[in-house]
Amino acid sequence: MAKPPVDQVQAAETGKEASGLSMILTMGIIGLISAILIVSAYQATSEPIKRNKAAFLEQAIFEVLPGTTRKITFGVSGGVLRPVNDDEPREYSYYAGYNTAGTLTGIAIEAAGPGFADTLRILYGYAPDCHCIVGMTVLESRETPGLGDKIETDPVFRSNFEALELQLDEGKAQILHPIVLVKPRQKTDPWQIEAISGATISSRAIADMLTANTARSIPFVEQNLEIFSKGGTDDN
Amino acid sequence: MTTETVPVDAGKAGDAIGVERLEILTRGIGRENPTFVMLLGLCPVLAVTNSVTNALAMGLATTFVLIMSSMIIAMIRRWVPKEVRIASFILVIATFVTVVDYLLQAISFEVHRALGAFISLLVVNCIILGRAEAFASKNSVGDSMLDALGFGAGFTISCLCMGSVREILGTGTFAGFPLFGPDFAGWSIMILPGGAFFVLGSWLLLFNWLAARKAGRS
Repeated sequence: MAKPPVDQVQAAETGKEASGLSMILTMGIIGLISAILIVSAYQATSEPIKRNKAAFLEQAIFEVLPGTTRKITFGVSGGVLRPVNDDEPREYSYYAGYNTAGTLTGIAIEAAGPGFADTLRILYGYAPDCHCIVGMTVLESRETPGLGDKIETDPVFRSNFEALELQLDEGKAQILHPIVLVKPRQKTDPWQIEAISGATISSRAIADMLTANTARSIPFVEQNLEIFSKGGTDDN
Repeated sequence: MTTETVPVDAGKAGDAIGVERLEILTRGIGRENPTFVMLLGLCPVLAVTNSVTNALAMGLATTFVLIMSSMIIAMIRRWVPKEVRIASFILVIATFVTVVDYLLQAISFEVHRALGAFISLLVVNCIILGRAEAFASKNSVGDSMLDALGFGAGFTISCLCMGSVREILGTGTFAGFPLFGPDFAGWSIMILPGGAFFVLGSWLLLFNWLAARKAGRS
């Protein structure tokens, strides 16, 4: 390979320093090429990434709403609830699930809050028939492997979310018994979550985010149940 | 440990060059293995090797970034002023880390979730910056890519060694396939950070014992 007049090794040997302009130019050109590469990679992969994320979310929705074969995304914008496309901007999302007969199986709702390590994001399924949570799955977690991540794998903890009661008062404005966390093997009421021994902080994080999120979401869902139910019979 | 920065002499006979290139390719796998011999880049090795799949994905992602950044750095080495050398290398490495991050999300969202922040942290992985500074910035494009391939393969093999032992003992599976039946009670410690240190220590013991035995024989 033909050598250019001065390379960095020669410069180092002769003690010759590069000019400021040459340094700025070098870094500028490298930065420009880097930007082109990154943007190209982003554009080439954005569609598959969007598809993967949507598939992951859909799988999670079907998991937390047993019997669901179809879902419709509802968005709230300016206080109005209506079906939206997945990429449409909105303030809150509610994912309504329907069975093969088009009957509403429940509403899947996202909740987030601080875990033991970083933010925890979960999806839970609310079934209006039983006024209870019928499923919960973790969307994003950095909890400690073998301890905190038991919120995803521990069968006893997961059984908390098979029928976690969320009864509303007569005016459908408040939850009668907010979700509370209790120590392992001390669950007595259907609105209690039994903590995992050795992963109390992660268990508490789940309970806290569910308490906060259900207080806001469940009265809203119950008040708009008709809109969600109609979704199954529309062409959406 | 031998020196690793001797430029290839283009005037050598063909056979000698072939042997030298083979040496460049293989030293990262064995004699100068980045994990088990040089103890470099241990953060991801300890953190994400709790399963074979995660270990393989981490190894391949690192290899991709190593090869691509070494290639570019070798290409531009004569034009980069020494004063902005490291900054330029980091820029090149960060570019390919971002690219591999997107690629991984597009190929397997599950694996990307499992590897978490450790893909982004490849930007500051000392194996990659180390090979850029010690080899790619002083050697030809072809040799730099061979060197990167060797060190990438060495790192991937190390990750797989760690991931296999930890997954088999920790959960009783290999790449998700059950090995010991439903009654097997996994050793939880193996998938915890403490288990990672224990397994790494065991592999280091084996490598050092092999090296000592070889030295004794010679």
